[in-house]
Amino acid sequence: MPSREDERVPLLEVRNLKVSYKTYRGILKVLDGVNFEIEKGEKVGIIGESGCGKTTTMKAIMRILPSNAIVEGGEILYNGTDILKMSESEFNKIRRERFAMIFQDPTAALNPVFKVGEQLMDILRYSKGTGKYDEDDLKEEIIGAFREVMLPDPERVFDSYPFQLSGGMRQRVCIALALLTAKELLIADEPTTNLDVTIQDQILRLIKDLVSRRDLSVILISHALGAVRGLVDRVYVMYAGTMVESNEVNELFRSPKHPYTRALLSSAPRLTGGGISQGIPGNVPDYLNPPSGCRFHPRCESKKFICDIEPPGFFSVEKGGKVACFLYAER
Amino acid sequence: MILEVENLKKYFEVSLGTVRAIDDISFGVEEGETFGLVGESGSGKSTTGHVIVGIYKPTSGKILYKGEDISVPLKKRPIMLKKEIQMVFQDPRSSLNPMQTVRDIVELPMRIHMKHMSSRDREAKVKRILEEVGLPPEDFMNRFPRELGGGESQLVAIARALASEPSFIVLDEPTSALDVSIQAKIISVLLKLQREYNLSYLFITHDLSLVRNVSRRVAIMYLGKIYELAPTERFFVNPLHPYTKMLLSSVPVLTEDEERLKPKEIRSTGEIPSPMNPPSGCRFRTRCPLAYERCSEVEPKFAEVEDGHYVACHLYNSQS
Repeated sequence: MPSREDERVPLLEVRNLKVSYKTYRGILKVLDGVNFEIEKGEKVGIIGESGCGKTTTMKAIMRILPSNAIVEGGEILYNGTDILKMSESEFNKIRRERFAMIFQDPTAALNPVFKVGEQLMDILRYSKGTGKYDEDDLKEEIIGAFREVMLPDPERVFDSYPFQLSGGMRQRVCIALALLTAKELLIADEPTTNLDVTIQDQILRLIKDLVSRRDLSVILISHALGAVRGLVDRVYVMYAGTMVESNEVNELFRSPKHPYTRALLSSAPRLTGGGISQGIPGNVPDYLNPPSGCRFHPRCESKKFICDIEPPGFFSVEKGGKVACFLYAER
Repeated sequence: MILEVENLKKYFEVSLGTVRAIDDISFGVEEGETFGLVGESGSGKSTTGHVIVGIYKPTSGKILYKGEDISVPLKKRPIMLKKEIQMVFQDPRSSLNPMQTVRDIVELPMRIHMKHMSSRDREAKVKRILEEVGLPPEDFMNRFPRELGGGESQLVAIARALASEPSFIVLDEPTSALDVSIQAKIISVLLKLQREYNLSYLFITHDLSLVRNVSRRVAIMYLGKIYELAPTERFFVNPLHPYTKMLLSSVPVLTEDEERLKPKEIRSTGEIPSPMNPPSGCRFRTRCPLAYERCSEVEPKFAEVEDGHYVACHLYNSQS
């Protein structure tokens, strides 16, 4: 855990981010005031179920939201400057030199009609700008990255098409690519969801090893709770476009506070057995018409009279944790 | 035993050669139990399910259902047996007809297997089954699959499987496309139905944590073969095969207790080879840190090492 001094500026801070999507059904109010921050060198996880806004948050940070998305409000501060207010060329520089992203589906992230090596060369040329590189050095650099992600026979991979590689190898290629461009922040969006468990384990260990060696900050987004637990220092839990809880990783898994987090963790089957809960009653709300107050209140077992009137702010709990729930208001 | 699989093989001829999807496996499912079949992609676990329900004809071997051989082409399988063995697929969105309402979908097996039923009886039964799986019929009867969430679609698929009053259901990764809170809901419905109707399940999954919580016995497949089979508790507390240990050590877990249960000595390395050209001898040897010469020369026998605990590995049956 990094120490948290008040005057320190976090690497990235998302403040009260609100994002909606325009659709034929109307305006979907997806992100409703998302807050989170990541310190330099810190590894942060964001967990939550499908449709909770994890990926939208990341796309907002990378400024790759689809065209029907509207940023209704909030700030995304990178070293204290709001990236939402930057010009495209200013932000491009950051995106090109500082950030990198690993996507869920490595097959979709690679172009099927070009050889892997050519694609990576193109990206490197672009990220380096014009005239400052030697082609052979670029190839060396890529082969080196392939070695670092432990791809067998890197020369052959360089000359392969994506379909000639297995899913795990393709994800390694994507990680190699991210490593080539990420100097500061790596955003991994469900990087192991489509992989078998033994391959998932290999990829997670690889990411863990590489980020600590290169001292990168990481945001790992996943619905695979165990994968997040093994990799990060701090966890944020999202539900229906809001952050409901954050805490140090072991504390969060040992002693979840928010009723949603508690229900989510008790739904997950354990390797030690003991049966499974009945799940969470009800369904995720429709973003067209989200519940008033706390968005979890219609499914919450600890609902109080105030919950559907007013959205809860953040209340502090042990180990620097924060919970958006009135149950913790008296503290 | 309600279902017995004996020396089952299923090969697929493709342009590049022969894919040995299932290569000589044997196991049995007892009445009223959940038998977990685990493995990674390409292990042949889904093909096993498909062969049992009759989607594919086996290349060789026998499948006995209540003692009767059902390893005949599907067209020759008596309709009574088709009714008895049903299946729930992994992706509910592609296993439900998008042009039909929930009512049509759940009614179809009755139209086929219970021709004597009047339409009023059928409607009453559709309602009863929907209630049984936790979908209020007045809300759901007339919906189309596109108007359902992922969990609801899977419940409809389960309702459809129940409609013909089966005693055996093959569950092929029924929750792997769903979130954990929805998975929990589906599993609790499945367990409730099992108790109520004394159903036997073949539960196919890649999720070891899940299988621990639902099945009575577990078998693990790798490249078309079963390498270990044991009662659930033993399988997790005292795994023997190196592959089982590798798989268990790879499972991401949530608590310290689970962390302690994971075998530490074998870490995951390598990738599953092509089933077209599996390694000689023991098929796991290319990834096994404990492999020695014998493993590439002789195929290990699947033998009982303790009561109900079978393993195919030279480390445990030296005489094989």
